[in-house]
Amino acid sequence: MTVSARHGIRIFSLGYLTLILVAPVGLIFWRSFEHGWHPFWAAIANHDAVHALKLTLEITVIVVPLNTAFGILCALAIVRHRIPGMGLVNAIVDLPMALSPVVVGLSLYLLYARDGWFGSWLLGHGIQILFALPAMLLATAFVSLPFVVREVVPVLREIGIEQEEAAATLGSSAFTTFRRITLPAIRWAIAYGVVLTTARSLGEFGAVSIVSGGIAGRTQTLTQYVQASYENFSITGAYAASVELAVLAIATLLAMTMLRPRRGGHDGNRSA
Amino acid sequence: MKAAHGGWHHFWQVAWNPESKAALELTLGLAGAVVGVNTVTGTALAWTLVRDNFPGKRFVNMLIDLPFALPTIVAGLTLLALYGPTGGVGIDVAYTRWGVLMALLFVTLPFVVRTVQPVLIELDREMEEAAASLGANRLTIFRRVVFPHLLPALLSGVALAFARAVGEFGAVILISGNLPFKTEVASLYVFQRINSGDTTGASALAVLLLVISLGVLLAIGAVRRWATRHDR
Repeated sequence: MTVSARHGIRIFSLGYLTLILVAPVGLIFWRSFEHGWHPFWAAIANHDAVHALKLTLEITVIVVPLNTAFGILCALAIVRHRIPGMGLVNAIVDLPMALSPVVVGLSLYLLYARDGWFGSWLLGHGIQILFALPAMLLATAFVSLPFVVREVVPVLREIGIEQEEAAATLGSSAFTTFRRITLPAIRWAIAYGVVLTTARSLGEFGAVSIVSGGIAGRTQTLTQYVQASYENFSITGAYAASVELAVLAIATLLAMTMLRPRRGGHDGNRSA
Repeated sequence: MKAAHGGWHHFWQVAWNPESKAALELTLGLAGAVVGVNTVTGTALAWTLVRDNFPGKRFVNMLIDLPFALPTIVAGLTLLALYGPTGGVGIDVAYTRWGVLMALLFVTLPFVVRTVQPVLIELDREMEEAAASLGANRLTIFRRVVFPHLLPALLSGVALAFARAVGEFGAVILISGNLPFKTEVASLYVFQRINSGDTTGASALAVLLLVISLGVLLAIGAVRRWATRHDR
């Protein structure tokens, strides 16, 4: 490859990255801090902003462990058991990744609305799902479902079953085999999946905004707070909350970068 | 899903109106443009990260994942901050189709890079050198030696980008301004129908989006099986 052609491709690709990604994200930080720290602190210390951050963290803390446990069980089922129609099962597990969050939100809305399949019975028994925390948890859990499964499946395939069979032959119970043999082999893949699940849960917007009602100070998450602030012309508030979310995203990126070399060489299987 | 409530005929009558049709056409058109742009920029970025060397390469490699980690509403707001009415760069794409396209390009940036990059890393450079020693020029080498190896990865990358672009909501809601027949994409139409209490109209387009997503996933599975047909 000639030097000029290489430089041409480099300038083209890095230029594109700068225009579409680096400059816009950088500008948000600059705008938030151009008049010093004070306006930023004032904006994020606002009652509704603090409540939104707490709600977002609360949802994440509940959803991530649930999806981690489900993800490990689901990956074991996919890899270690022969199920007919595997292609379809795989596609369904991947579905939340390709499906519009709006469709997810609408499905939950139809199920739990006053005249919905489950909603009428639940409301009759005084259980409110929609426009309350339960629906927001369901929406977030749905959209962040595939990540742990997708990370663990290729590693389980790679390690094979010889060691597990050997342990079973030596008389170890299924649970001991899992804890002593399988779990250590997949722990970095789980960690990577957990990081991705966390990022998705913190940033979820579409599905949650359909089922939450987005009442400020009650059912408004941090991403919804960004939207509401922008639409109420409170630009400083929108930028400040965005910076909060961006800082969480950057922390996620750093965790991903540190975990990637340890989770084994299957980069690309994650999205492929 | 309750989409078929009241029979198919009634369903289509309520669902298939000029506005929903325009939204779906716009969505598919934009997703097509996303595929086209990402094919070129994604391959170029993957190539730069694998075959080129420059200071800060590891940092750039990390940046590629930022759209996966950054909440979509923030992605849309950052674009609006720079390329909106108060951006100060002389470009204003707020409430235009260009703005929606930029938002979709932002959120789909990692897909092609992250599927093509590992294939490019493992590609044996001796094949290219052999082709060069046999007198093939650079374009021929890329077209006949490199590209066929990248094709399956590239196809799954653009398929994921397509599915994401068809369903994207958070990144476009602020920048599009939600103008029917102009910038209203399918997800925004569904959202706006729900907010007006018309769940039947919302469900109709939602079902189509669901079918598209499932179709894309099955296509990716088929590509993967086709690409690994010699390994099994």
